[in-house]
Amino acid sequence: MVALLGFGLTLDPKKIPSPLIDKPAPDFSLGKLYAPEETLSKKNLLGQVWVLNVWASWCVSCRAEHAIITSLANRNLVNVVGLNYKDQPEDARRWLKQFGNPYSASLMDRDGRVGIDWGVYGVPETFVIGKDGRIKYKHIGPVTRDSLEREVIPAIKELLG
Amino acid sequence: MRLLLIMGLLAFSALSQAAVEAYVFDSPEMEAEYNQLIGELRCLVCQNQNLSGSNAGLAKDLRRQTHELLMEGNSRDQIADYMVARYGDFVLYRPPLQNNTLLLWIGPFALLLLVIVVVFIKMRKKQVLVAPEQAAMEKAKRLLLEPQEK
Repeated sequence: MVALLGFGLTLDPKKIPSPLIDKPAPDFSLGKLYAPEETLSKKNLLGQVWVLNVWASWCVSCRAEHAIITSLANRNLVNVVGLNYKDQPEDARRWLKQFGNPYSASLMDRDGRVGIDWGVYGVPETFVIGKDGRIKYKHIGPVTRDSLEREVIPAIKELLG
Repeated sequence: MRLLLIMGLLAFSALSQAAVEAYVFDSPEMEAEYNQLIGELRCLVCQNQNLSGSNAGLAKDLRRQTHELLMEGNSRDQIADYMVARYGDFVLYRPPLQNNTLLLWIGPFALLLLVIVVVFIKMRKKQVLVAPEQAAMEKAKRLLLEPQEK
């Protein structure tokens, strides 16, 4: 009993397992932050391994994570797409100007509907999606240098084959 | 000054209440279903609150989603499934009975049964120990019947 309780204490109750792992990524079609009239949808990204990073200018921990996401993008392993979650476009653009823009595109999810489809409940969140359009890996909370090397990159490499 | 303070406090007290949006429903039954749903779905940001009690942005969005799905003619089960598909079983306050929740459902009863069995065995053991031996009984009887010394 004590052992069971002790084990329970080592778990993080904030980490809720996603039911979306190994399932097809939810559909979306959203305007781009720097070209609102241009939309990007799931089928545009089929056939490639890509990363979706959910971020917002109001999200403080995104700031801490930004350098890590930038270093991931700089490796040119995969296409890193941003999901700008419940944000004002002008705030988002200002934020990227200040901290740098690692994303090939940031999609504007202003009312958070795409976020709901992806089961987003806290920002930042990071998804790795395979060529078949299935979600391989999800990281909740800011990606750290450690979790990038140990989890995100291996998941990407496995998908790249 | 005191009045000002009270007024100030009253003004802020509104912030501590969960936002209640005025949604329009097709029927009172639908509204009842809505209220039941948001009472049974968990707010994922503030984990010990349900959707109806939470002021979090996501809770608000999920209330909106619940309302829209109801208006589109979805049943309560369909909406619960919709939420589970996105957020997992965790979103339900009442976890479904399935393999990985079996322990959760059966556990307390199994534990109770175990305690009853253990207590039963212990009590029987005690009884056996307490029961005096034949010889001791005889001796006690003799002692009791003996005339007391003055």
